[in-house]
Amino acid sequence: MDFFNFLFKGRSSSKDVAKDRLKLVLVHDRANCSPQLLEMLKIDIIKVISNYMEIDEEELDIQITQTPQDDGNGSVPVLYANIPIKSMRKVR
Amino acid sequence: MSEVIVVTSGKGGVGKTTTSANLGTGLAASGKKVVMIDADIGLRNLDVVMGLENRIVYDLIDVVEGNCRLKQALIKDKRYSTLYLLPAAQTRDKTAVSPEQMQKLCDSLREEFDFIIIDCPAGIEQGFKNAIAGADRAIVITTPEVSAVRDADRIIGLLEAGDLRNPMLILNRIRPEMVKRGDMLALEDVTDILAIEVLGIVPEDESIVVSTNKGEPAVIDNNSKAGQAYRNISRRLMGEDVPIMNFEADNGFFSRIFKLFRT
Repeated sequence: MDFFNFLFKGRSSSKDVAKDRLKLVLVHDRANCSPQLLEMLKIDIIKVISNYMEIDEEELDIQITQTPQDDGNGSVPVLYANIPIKSMRKVR
Repeated sequence: MSEVIVVTSGKGGVGKTTTSANLGTGLAASGKKVVMIDADIGLRNLDVVMGLENRIVYDLIDVVEGNCRLKQALIKDKRYSTLYLLPAAQTRDKTAVSPEQMQKLCDSLREEFDFIIIDCPAGIEQGFKNAIAGADRAIVITTPEVSAVRDADRIIGLLEAGDLRNPMLILNRIRPEMVKRGDMLALEDVTDILAIEVLGIVPEDESIVVSTNKGEPAVIDNNSKAGQAYRNISRRLMGEDVPIMNFEADNGFFSRIFKLFRT
């Protein structure tokens, strides 16, 4: 598909879009984790972390992804969170 | 040694009934004794795909309720003397049969037949549970679409939970020219995601519509590409080692395309 990517500068084929969407939806299906549950988790995480530091809630990224198992047999789900810190709060 | 194989998919309309009819016919054409069970109670279809709809007297529910003997309900195929169909009931629903009854039914059919092919209904409820209850192996059908592959993944999980391990995949309705231009998931994309053994791939083919119109499975049509794919899959089920997708070898242009997604 290099040829097509060259022609349409960076526009990925619809197959790749399908595959990425599938991978994401299956991670959630397999982990039995709904977007609602993830949203609740996100709110709780913000609540706890905000006790200690000021974070950028807009830029906060939390998702469940797959990571290869140590023994190389398949993959396991992991909770991934990227939480930008604005400033540390003074802990009383 | 007889084998009970359930043909399943989760999503509807991906080709379970067509596959059941073609594999049943393909196996019978090789001299195997085959019975196809339509487990889609209330939405009977395998009979029309096989062109046997005018011959139904008794059905699966009549057998499990003891209204007739098993042999009375079995419909002999028009073309192959070793091929039979046990039709679904049309006026009842899925709760009219239990997984235990299906298991018993499959076990009694083992005495007569080499292959028992069960056409599973769409969905993951009672009808699915009934259909897989008596099976030794499962075939999972999917098409190269996000929704169908997602459902196939769910079905694979449920099959494993039901102790049907190592299901086999058929990727149906592949359009090689779309795969080539990157607008359709290829076989390796699907196996990448599902991590499952591949039993075969079947191209999208107008001859399937024609053969369904006539009630004659495409597998007996020597000019049908999909029919060739089903003949290959039937041979694999009998233990033969047949390479994936070799039915386009006569056409130079297409064979080059197919090499892109050959495993």
